[in-house]
Amino acid sequence: MKTAQEILAAIKTALPQAGVELVLNPSPSAQHSLRLDPVHAVAVAVFLRDDKELALDYCSNATGVDWPDKEISEKVKTTKVVDGVETVVEETVKRVEPGYLEAVYHLFSMKNGPTDPGGPVVLRMRTANRTDQVQLPSLTPVWRSCEFQEREIFDLFGIVFTGHPDLRRILMWDEFEDHPMRRDYVDPDDYEYEPTPHDEVLKRAEEHKTHGVVA
Amino acid sequence: MAVEPDLKIELGKQGVFVTTVSEIYNWGRKNSVWPMQFGLACCAIEMIATTMARYDLARFGAEVFRPSPRQADLMIISGTITKKMAPQVVRLYNQMAEPKYVIAMGACAISGGPFKQGYNVLKGIDRYIPVDVHIPGCPPRPEALIHAFMALQARIDAQPLTGESRPRHLDAEAQSLFPVPTQGAHDLEPPMNKLVWPLPAPPRAADSAENCG
Repeated sequence: MKTAQEILAAIKTALPQAGVELVLNPSPSAQHSLRLDPVHAVAVAVFLRDDKELALDYCSNATGVDWPDKEISEKVKTTKVVDGVETVVEETVKRVEPGYLEAVYHLFSMKNGPTDPGGPVVLRMRTANRTDQVQLPSLTPVWRSCEFQEREIFDLFGIVFTGHPDLRRILMWDEFEDHPMRRDYVDPDDYEYEPTPHDEVLKRAEEHKTHGVVA
Repeated sequence: MAVEPDLKIELGKQGVFVTTVSEIYNWGRKNSVWPMQFGLACCAIEMIATTMARYDLARFGAEVFRPSPRQADLMIISGTITKKMAPQVVRLYNQMAEPKYVIAMGACAISGGPFKQGYNVLKGIDRYIPVDVHIPGCPPRPEALIHAFMALQARIDAQPLTGESRPRHLDAEAQSLFPVPTQGAHDLEPPMNKLVWPLPAPPRAADSAENCG
């Protein structure tokens, strides 16, 4: 199996216009991944599948990740004129890094089989934001095994896969509107009766009592 | 009118069998409780084991698991009830003919169990339908299910055929259909049936101050 860097080089040679970048994993596993730009994702996926040497013909897993908006506070040194004297003042500047949704795919090669160790090739795709631009191209036409898993991502994270043959909710019911695996999801408040509450359940039960939701 | 036990035994020795209508009626009922054949999760595996040779639920007259709610008397809620499944469970219960009984088997069926805090799990089936016997355990052993079944039999045996607590099939006024919850935008609607799941009185301030440590 080629390393992520080698695969990246192979993609760059075959598809020079495709925007692919390496996302490094600093942990000891060093399981680096390739971030595809959504426009060229399908072309890159087809290349990875059909390339004679890589032959990544099997997508074992597709899942989602929610990255909420992140507030970052940084200390910035600026020079200011205070009482006619120029002094260096340290200021804390807060900025919000916009969040996004991410789809992650794990690829293996069945053709190269067990003689081809090295773990999965990891692909990532990111949406533009978490609210209205949540479209990503579906990779189901490339790897059929993505079908149900992309439906699950659609259901639980709310990523809309364009080009998916049958994009419906798969776990929750059709009338359901939320996306439960998003970080800001609040589950329904049915903690009316908790005879032995503790930890999180205790908190929820207390809220219930104070808000007087008990009918 | 009940027959005195001593007199009954004495008459039995003489070859005379004495009983009452309610006694023989309930004796027949309790020994032919046919459960409905459906399982929801891992508790169903224990339920299946209970029916097999080693534990043999047939000894209690319940060997016939009916695949149709129309022919079943007992619903064994064996496992986690997801909110997607809950309307179907209530609908199946509605389709059963009276008299019908419910055993909530295992932690999930009672309260949601280990999945209680999940957004997709109903926190106990007794939110929607009346439950006769609750069995704790995760999953309960087959012996526990048999114990629950015997508890149900004792309950059926003790049921008077007249008066307030008579079986529902002898009470024309009794409620036999329970509203099936609809799957709403955020949760099941309504989240519980208050007629079968009345909330306990909220604890008094003094009590809760004592109990919370």
